[in-house]
Order: sequence, then C-alpha cells, then structure tokens
Amino acid sequence: MKLTVIGAAVLAAAMTLAAGHLTAQSPPQDDSEKEIERYRQMLSDPFSNPGYLAVDRGEEIWTTKRGTKNVSLEGCDLGEGAGKLEGAYARLPRHFADADKVMDLEQRLLWCMDKVQGLDTKDVLSRRFSSPGKASDLEDLTAFIANKSNGMKLEPQLKHAKELEMAAVGEELFYRRGGVMDFSCATCHAEEGKRIRLQGLPNLSVPGATAQATMATWPTYRVSQSALRTMQHRLWDCYRQQRWPVPDFGSDSLTALTVFLNKQAAGGELNVPSIKR
Amino acid sequence: MIRSAFASLALSAFALCAPALAQDKPAKPSQATIEAYVKSTFGKAPAEWQARITPDESLAACNVHRNQVSSADAEAITKRELARVSYPADGKFLGNWKEGYKVANNGRGGQFSDPPDTVSGGNCFACHQLDPKELSYGTLGPSLAAYGKDRKYDAEAIKDAYTKIYNSQAVVPCSNMPRFGTNKVLSEQQIKDVMAYLFDPESPVNK
Repeated sequence: MKLTVIGAAVLAAAMTLAAGHLTAQSPPQDDSEKEIERYRQMLSDPFSNPGYLAVDRGEEIWTTKRGTKNVSLEGCDLGEGAGKLEGAYARLPRHFADADKVMDLEQRLLWCMDKVQGLDTKDVLSRRFSSPGKASDLEDLTAFIANKSNGMKLEPQLKHAKELEMAAVGEELFYRRGGVMDFSCATCHAEEGKRIRLQGLPNLSVPGATAQATMATWPTYRVSQSALRTMQHRLWDCYRQQRWPVPDFGSDSLTALTVFLNKQAAGGELNVPSIKR
Repeated sequence: MIRSAFASLALSAFALCAPALAQDKPAKPSQATIEAYVKSTFGKAPAEWQARITPDESLAACNVHRNQVSSADAEAITKRELARVSYPADGKFLGNWKEGYKVANNGRGGQFSDPPDTVSGGNCFACHQLDPKELSYGTLGPSLAAYGKDRKYDAEAIKDAYTKIYNSQAVVPCSNMPRFGTNKVLSEQQIKDVMAYLFDPESPVNK
C-alpha cells in the first residue's frame, strides 16, 4: 500500500509538472486537457488514488465509539435506514423527518454526531477541511460513505416541499451576482466551451453529461491540494474566488446549490473518490 | 431583410416565452425566502462583507432577469452606471503599459483568503486574450489582442475603453465584466496603466 501511495505521489507530481509544461509550450486547446485526462485514467484505480486512504480512515471513524453515549455512527440514518450506506450518497441531500430539514451528507453526519453519539462537534468542525498533519473526520467519512454509492446513479430527491424549495432556491443562487467583482456561479458556468486561463469550465446551467461528469466525481482527491475534498469545500472555494464572504459550513445555501446541481446531474454514475487537478 | 429581421424578432419573442412554458418548474421562490438562505450562509460575515452581496439597483435587475433585461431596464442601467463613472481630472487616460501588464496578470485581492491590505489586480488574462504571445488566457470575454492598433489609437475609442473598464455596465447592461472603478477594485492609476497596456503602441498587446 505504501509503495502504491508513493507511486501516486510521483505520478501526481509528474501530472502537475506536465500541466505546467503544457501551459507554457503547447496550444491552449485540448492537448493539455487530454494529457491530464490520461493521468487521471492512470490514477483512477483504488490502489493508486490517495483518496482511498481517506476512505479507509472514514470507515474507521464510522465504526468508532465516541461521544457521551459511547456509540459508533452505525446507528445513524443517512436516509436509507440506520447504518445503511449503500446508495445513501446517491440520494443526498434529502429531507429528514426527524430534523425536519433538508441536509447534505456532512450536515447529516454532524446531526448524527450530536444526536446519536452525543459528541461535541466543535473539534470536528474546526477540522472541517483537512490540512497537512490535520485530518478531517468529515472529509474522511464523506469519502467512505460516498464510495458506497459507486456504480449507482445520482438520484436527486425532489418529492418533499422542502426539497423542491432547495432546488428552486439553489437555481436562484446560481444566478445571483454579488461581491466586488459582481460574480455569480453562472458568470463562469453557464456557457459551453469556456476557459478561465487554461482551465476548462463546465457549463452547469443545463442538465446533462457535463453536470453529471462534474457532480458524479465528488468527493475527489485534489492533487494541487494533496487532500481529499468534498462539494462543501468546492463551493467554499468557488465563493472565495467569486469574492463573496466566507460561506458557513453545512449551511442552507450550499445545500440548496448542491440540490440544484444534482438535479442538473441526475442519472450521472458515481465513481468516487475521483482524482482531479 | 425586413422579413428576416421580423422572423428573428418573432423567434426571439418565442425564446422569451419558452421558459414560462417549461414543464415541471417549481414555483419561483419569493425574494424573502432567497434572502433567508443568503442570511443563513453568509450572515456571520462582517457587515462590510455582507454589504458587498447586497445587490444595488442595477445588479438587482440583472439578477431577477438573469442578465436578460428589457430594453427599458437596459436603458435605466446604462444611464445610472454612466453617472457613476469618474474620468481622470488631468484628462490623461494612458499610464504605464508595463505596470498595466502587472495589473492584468494579477488575480489577487478581494477574496476572503487575501490579507486585508492586498492590492487587487484586474485579472484580465483570466477572461481575455491580450498579448498574443501569452498562451494562458481565458475565453469568457473576447480577445483583446491588437486592441489599440485595430482602433488606430483613436481618442474616442480610448475614452470608451476607459468607461468600459471603470464601469462595464455603463456600456453593456448586465455585462459579465466587473465594474472595476465603480466597485473600487482598481484605482484610477491602475486603470490608466491597464489602458496603456491596451493602447500603447509599444505594448505587447499591439505587437
């Protein structure tokens, strides 16, 4: 295992270098994207994608007894019944009757830590995004649980009135401009074939293959950050680049956007954790 | 000609109607509902930061119509935003193109991860081609290669470009481009330098 991880790190470095080289030398069109895609293919098996280390850590956290009640998270209902993980991620976010709230996976995990385990989530929240030497329970758990939906199709839940509200508000937020640059999500993600610098931008304003390829590949191992990241982090980073204020982790607008984006991506087949730039 | 113009008018009218006919669309949420979501996610940010995501009158219209505003709205926006452009007191539009390149190439500033005293860049390359030798450029905006040369360094074109950079919506209502001057992203001197990068015959943009 150790060897494959080192191999992955070397490949990842090569991938970063190759991308840099291509940036400087070759035409900005498809070549660099194709190269990156080739490395992505090479890295996408479980034994060379470092994201799978997060999956293993997540499994351990899932089964560890913690909190004042000294129980594991196995009593947590992610929508498919207590402890049932298969397909749970493919159908999240969804409405939970016990909380009367639409929650994404991370919100639900925090809820379960509090209610099922009696765990003070302050420490977990302070590590919501991992950094070198500081693992994130939420990232690891998300990797582990999302992985249990591999091969299944994204199935956005749009039955409950609150789920429908989330999708509709998410769509509005996608187009809402603001910040000193007047940017919205749509500024970058509403046209076909556009780039920011050399980075291709998925058009997420229409349902279909592009949205599927985007949403069915999170959580992902991000080579540039040497970390597994989830959609919570991706949206946090988007709002950072949009010059908006810091979004609160696990808050309603982020879940609304995720519901909207999953609606665009309905039917996309999950294969996670993936590996990205 | 008239007939084809009429046909395209009819087509665009159809395009405008089409979204209203769309099938399973849930009811549009009320503005109050949307604001409650925004508050729940960004409500802990400092007041100054929250003010930045409170849309002004022009942006509010752009948001409601997803940038496809009516001609009456469009006229109101350009008029309002033009009044928010301030031109250099010394009448000089062009600064130093070498400094302008630095502004065009700098994507920092204004992000919550930036230290508060960060000098913002214009990040022009993120969306535009400028110096044709620079291959790392975005395509969200049109190519600006040979911008000044193509316009024969014309005085009117220079003033128009200044207006556009200072406040894009004074020229194109609901333009995707930031209002760099009005929103105080760039200083007057930085805008003059970017202008020189576009209009100086010695600038790589015009080579």
